[in-house]
Amino acid sequence: MQPIIQVDNLTKCYKNADTNAVDGISFTVAPGEFFTLLGPNGAGKTTTISILTTMLSPTSGTARIAGHDIVQEASAVRQNVGIIFQKPSLDLNLTAEENVRFHAILYGLYPFRPSFSTMPGAYQQQVHQLATILGIQAEIFKPVKTFSGGMKRKLEIIRSLIHRPRVLFLDEPTVGLDPVSRRNLWEYLTQVRTETDTTVFLTTHYLEEAEEADTVCIINKGRIVSYGPPAEVKAQLIEEYVLIDAEDREQLRAELLRLGALFSETPLFKVDLNGHNAHQLLKAIDTPLTVLQTHTPTLEDAYLAIVGRDDET
Amino acid sequence: MRLSPILAIAYRDLLKFLRDPVRIVSTLIFPAIFIAILGGSFQANLGEDAGYNFLIFTFTGIFAQTLFQSSASGIISLIEDRENDFSQEIFVSPISRYAIIFGKILGESLVSIAQGLAIVALGVVMGIPMSGPQLLGLMVVAIAVCLFGGSFGVLVLSNLSSQRAANQVFPFIMLPQFFLAGVFSPIRVLPWYLDILSKISPMRYAVDLGRGVFYAGQPDYAKVVLRGVPFNIVVIAVMFTIFLVVGTWLFVRGERNR
Repeated sequence: MQPIIQVDNLTKCYKNADTNAVDGISFTVAPGEFFTLLGPNGAGKTTTISILTTMLSPTSGTARIAGHDIVQEASAVRQNVGIIFQKPSLDLNLTAEENVRFHAILYGLYPFRPSFSTMPGAYQQQVHQLATILGIQAEIFKPVKTFSGGMKRKLEIIRSLIHRPRVLFLDEPTVGLDPVSRRNLWEYLTQVRTETDTTVFLTTHYLEEAEEADTVCIINKGRIVSYGPPAEVKAQLIEEYVLIDAEDREQLRAELLRLGALFSETPLFKVDLNGHNAHQLLKAIDTPLTVLQTHTPTLEDAYLAIVGRDDET
Repeated sequence: MRLSPILAIAYRDLLKFLRDPVRIVSTLIFPAIFIAILGGSFQANLGEDAGYNFLIFTFTGIFAQTLFQSSASGIISLIEDRENDFSQEIFVSPISRYAIIFGKILGESLVSIAQGLAIVALGVVMGIPMSGPQLLGLMVVAIAVCLFGGSFGVLVLSNLSSQRAANQVFPFIMLPQFFLAGVFSPIRVLPWYLDILSKISPMRYAVDLGRGVFYAGQPDYAKVVLRGVPFNIVVIAVMFTIFLVVGTWLFVRGERNR
């Protein structure tokens, strides 16, 4: 299948900067995929999104979105993407409907009309639908400044989907939201993905958000340090092991040697599972154990290991 | 280029202005202070010697200056907007940068003209005599001055990188023009170095055009107006074109090459 996003050796060096903000990254995203760009502050996430959405010229390298080159065919790229910025991009003095209306006009969906009632019927219908989805039938004609943070975010997402983008970019969309709003927004986004089959390109530094993605791409200092499905990224980077000990350490050691397990004494016996099942290992051991700890890595462990490791070099 | 997005951008500017009562009042306080206090005191102290009415002189000057400056600063607000609120949306939508500039100039001109109407009302309240043709003339001048101010704003905008820079630079390029353009101080006679500075101040031509139209056929015309209306129109047209073309080109180029 033709990738919806194709990035080749993309590099960005800001004017007067010594180092590259984005340093030769390459990756592809398949249509309908949920792709996460993960990294600490200053890793180059926003720069990458800015380049991919044609807001910023790359220094070198190429990228194509929905088959269109981001430099040569910027306008076609824009027509095919929706963006949720880090900072809210709603006009607080306008009503929710006006925000939606101006967006629709900018994307050439409808001609300009000065009021809701003079807009085409198709548009009015669409707005009523959106209001129903958001549960804001009563508030749609109220200024956005009266909305809660979570509601504003949802409105932005809805607005960005009006022109049916192939790819929806979200740049740290849940920053600054309380846990309940975050959960809500997340459920809504999942719903949007399954219903519209939109490719989602998310940047975040919340690991639990990346955990649900199809692909995680971890970048640090402008470079890709890990790439793949979350489970793979985890497996790649963090070992899974159990810590055991027994009264009779001699017997346990002999038994582990006999089983051919890889282990080290730290001084507890640290047995590398190496893809094997912890249960099977334990079943095979007859020596009575006094200590048993299993260690299953989270993406956070992997992330910290990567980012930390890179900091040391 | 499609017209609808340009109209939408312009309409949004106007809506924002009309929904912000504090901004409406504050944009009127400044001209009111200048016309009433400065014009009034000059008229009382110097009017006799100058041989023309300073209140009217200041009124016409402030009228053109307000429209020029308001349009220019409105355009420069694009810098701030670029990093905030809805304008991020505008910049990432599939419309051309030229459409953004045109929409913004149109919108800020509409806002300025609304202010211009209020200043005229203020003048009427203060007892400045105005005939129908004069009023009509002022409105035509208003449109020209707003577009001119807008193009000046584009040029300034294209050379600034941040809102902080804009806040620091804007007073420096606007305040001297108050005096060099003769908004409320006569500039008929100036030392040679000020004369040069005055002649390169775009606002000078906006103010003089306003006075040329307002004073047409009046006895004070020769004492107040520097050059005729046609001369000012030509200068403004030339400057407008240069500012707009150079400014837009620099802006579009600079926008993505950061």
